[in-house]
Amino acid sequence: MVELSGNLLYVAFICYLVATTFFGGSIKAKKDGKKIEGPNKWATIAIIITVVGFVAQLGYFITRWIAAGHAPVSNLFEFTTFFGMCLVGAFILIYYIYKTPWLGVFTLPVAILIIAYASMFPRDISPLIPALQSDWLHIHVTTAALGQAILSISFAAGIIYLVKAVDQTTSSKRTFWLEMIMYSIVSVISFIIITTGFAAVNYSAEFNYIDKKGAAAVYEYQIPALIGPHEGELVTEGKFEPFIETPAIIDSKKLNTVIWSLLSGLILYWVLRLLLRKRIAASLHPLVKNINLDLVDEISYRSVLIGFPVFTLGALVFAMIWAQIAWTRFWGWDPKEVWALITWLFYAAFLHLRLSKGWHGEKSAWLAIIGFFIIMFNLIVVNLVIAGLHSYAGS
Amino acid sequence: MNEVKCECGHVNPHGTVLCESCGKILEETEIDKKLVDMRYEGSARRSQTYNKTIIDKIWNFFSSVKVGVWLIVITLLSSIFGTILPQVMYIPQNIPALEHYETEYGWFGKLYYQLGFHDLYSSWWYLLLIASIGVSLVICSLDRVIPLYRALSKQRVSRHEGFLKRQRIYGVSDLPESEEDFATIHNKLKSKRYKIREEEGDILAEKNRFSRWGPYVNHVGLIIFLLGGMLRFVPGMYVDQTLWIREGETKAIPETDDQYYLKNNQFIVELYDKEKDGEVFEQALDRAGGVVKTYQANVTLYEKKGDTVPGEEPELEKVKDAEIRVNEPLKVNGLALYQVDYKLNELHEMSFALQNKETGEEFGDVTVDLSNPDKLYDLGDGYSVEVKSYFPDFEFNAEGEPATKSRVPNNPAFVFEMKSPNKPEGEVSFVAIQETIEPLGDNEYKMAFKGVETKNVSGLTVRKDMTLWILGLGGLIFMIGVVQGAYWNHRRIWIRRIDGKVWIAGHTNKNWHGLKRELEGIFDGTGIDVPKDQLEEEARKG
Repeated sequence: MVELSGNLLYVAFICYLVATTFFGGSIKAKKDGKKIEGPNKWATIAIIITVVGFVAQLGYFITRWIAAGHAPVSNLFEFTTFFGMCLVGAFILIYYIYKTPWLGVFTLPVAILIIAYASMFPRDISPLIPALQSDWLHIHVTTAALGQAILSISFAAGIIYLVKAVDQTTSSKRTFWLEMIMYSIVSVISFIIITTGFAAVNYSAEFNYIDKKGAAAVYEYQIPALIGPHEGELVTEGKFEPFIETPAIIDSKKLNTVIWSLLSGLILYWVLRLLLRKRIAASLHPLVKNINLDLVDEISYRSVLIGFPVFTLGALVFAMIWAQIAWTRFWGWDPKEVWALITWLFYAAFLHLRLSKGWHGEKSAWLAIIGFFIIMFNLIVVNLVIAGLHSYAGS
Repeated sequence: MNEVKCECGHVNPHGTVLCESCGKILEETEIDKKLVDMRYEGSARRSQTYNKTIIDKIWNFFSSVKVGVWLIVITLLSSIFGTILPQVMYIPQNIPALEHYETEYGWFGKLYYQLGFHDLYSSWWYLLLIASIGVSLVICSLDRVIPLYRALSKQRVSRHEGFLKRQRIYGVSDLPESEEDFATIHNKLKSKRYKIREEEGDILAEKNRFSRWGPYVNHVGLIIFLLGGMLRFVPGMYVDQTLWIREGETKAIPETDDQYYLKNNQFIVELYDKEKDGEVFEQALDRAGGVVKTYQANVTLYEKKGDTVPGEEPELEKVKDAEIRVNEPLKVNGLALYQVDYKLNELHEMSFALQNKETGEEFGDVTVDLSNPDKLYDLGDGYSVEVKSYFPDFEFNAEGEPATKSRVPNNPAFVFEMKSPNKPEGEVSFVAIQETIEPLGDNEYKMAFKGVETKNVSGLTVRKDMTLWILGLGGLIFMIGVVQGAYWNHRRIWIRRIDGKVWIAGHTNKNWHGLKRELEGIFDGTGIDVPKDQLEEEARKG
């Protein structure tokens, strides 16, 4: 069962990859021929493959649920994978409302990256600690993830809007920030490449070091240590000696991974730019040539409108009910709770700015990107760095 | 009050931009605009009309969405600071907070503490921010909902030409040859669940007006939620107590006026077992080591029978046996008891033997209940042991004298006075764990350590929260309002016959794409052209 589950996830992943290329093809095909209303043959194939992938991933989810005896949303791998699945689901929903293949070209890669990112974390089926043993686990976590996924569609739409709307003939603040977004995405890709690469060659280097309580401890690095732990001493022979060491209070291994991702991301980014001979956003421009900006803006807004109530229900209402049962209080200012509140406040501000201040179009697109950044921050940084009561999600 | 009378005869309140009834532009500055601003239907909002008294100024300040958004953004940004380091409720409670922050996080931790960020969410300025958002919610809503309600209920079917042609969706076509086309349109509108009003051949088709009230409904929900949050500070509404209870112990449950008692029969911590709990967890368990499966207190709940005077042992009647687990609190008379903490193997009893140091002969055992030691243990035949002093959690205090840190027997120490036929005046011995001091010189007898017995202790939280239903109600109303506003769109289509032409205009509060598709469906195949999106036309031209 566990093996079947893993294979289904793999199938889904491949489907999403293939579907992305088909969606890309559908845009090309449209450009050559005369303007056709509605999706063409390529797009139809692409959405079918996407649905197949989604069904496969649903299969992964159900089989893993049966194997584990609880919904597979209890650790970072499971949650992030589920989030990716919801993103695909939300895309399929929006696709059937608006019939927009180009949304697939931008949404599916985000989902693919999210699922790939998830796979970098331990994939074991973990038993539930007492606090998690509740039906509210399924209810709260799935609804929250679904809400975040629908909100994330507005990110994909926002990127499309900006790629089309930002003037690439001169360099400006807007082109700079758009490239920063591209660079962040490239860094995630390089994080995945590096982690998978060093795992493939079984890289492992052990350090003896002094932890923040002053006690001797051991740390095992799976990628070469540019940054070593506090008073670290390399034990494994023939491995890379770190350039510098960190103070005891900083988790050197996580910092090392971040630095690896950012540096290799920078290299990868510049390689891409030299190959493309223009900004990455500029080279994406042909993909969005025939897109109606108003429609993109509306999809972005619509997904926030659909996602906001779902997010509120899952990440705040259900969360509070469960917290009252499991932790004796419905609200405790735990970092994860606070970041859910921050996300909620942000999208509330987004809606008010749009409704009352008329922040449509490009302003709205930038906001959608900041919103996604907050969601990702809550998913990654709050789990891995800030921790707190929700920290079990990190292991 | 200088009211504005429109040429259609309707009397509008001062400050109205678009006539509530026919939609004619009343504000001259608006006439040059290509499209009218349809937010709040161009109604007279108090904040846009009056600005004289201090109340006007306060009202205008809080009624501004700009101010509201700023309040949200400031709250959002300041909330971030509280997540940089753990808040004060999540740090160990046994040392002063400042000390903790300083030792754990150095100068940054100290600064964090000094800025008050360690308890940010209870700080006066954070609460002030939340309160301001609450005020803003009330005023913003009132400022808009009343005029909006007036405008929507006063609107008439035949709208002014200037109003129609300044709608985003607008078109003029020739009159169709037969009246049948109008009937078709009428039916199509009906089938799309439009409510239709007709006057002199003009049509106003409208649907989902209720979605316009969504924002105000959700604001009401939020206000109720915030009020519920404030009620917590009213005495009696909220109880947060801790009840530590040892195995075998029976204690009165706090906040029940000693009406209910709880006995802890057993406290269990169970770990996952690779063999018993299935192979699927094997890898995870290998990696993580011990993973807790259950924290459980097996308890018996008692109710007191009759009245007792203080000091008298109450007569208890068993109500039920229960198991309290995480996620499964025990409910007692509006209180909930949660399993939240525990202590394994707390010292419970210590036993000693009175022993002659030279011969090793023993003269009876003494078993001391560490939470409630006896004063005197009579061993018969003239042998006895008196507990002169007891330090459950022994330490030497700042003056170098023996003292106790707490009432919990973490490190018990005793001063015994041993009496025997040989030494009827008694010998004094200080006994602590792995330490015996004889302050008055060499004794003939000693208290030989025999053994300890330990017990588990369960830490329960006793919680009452009478505000929950208000919060729940607020949350429910919020959800209804937010769904109402987000998942439905208020759409209107105006059809007017003017001088042998048909004027059509459409408006929706959001999702224009949906309205346009609906219009295509309605006008397709009739003799009337589908009205165009003027914004789109402009974009195409410009």
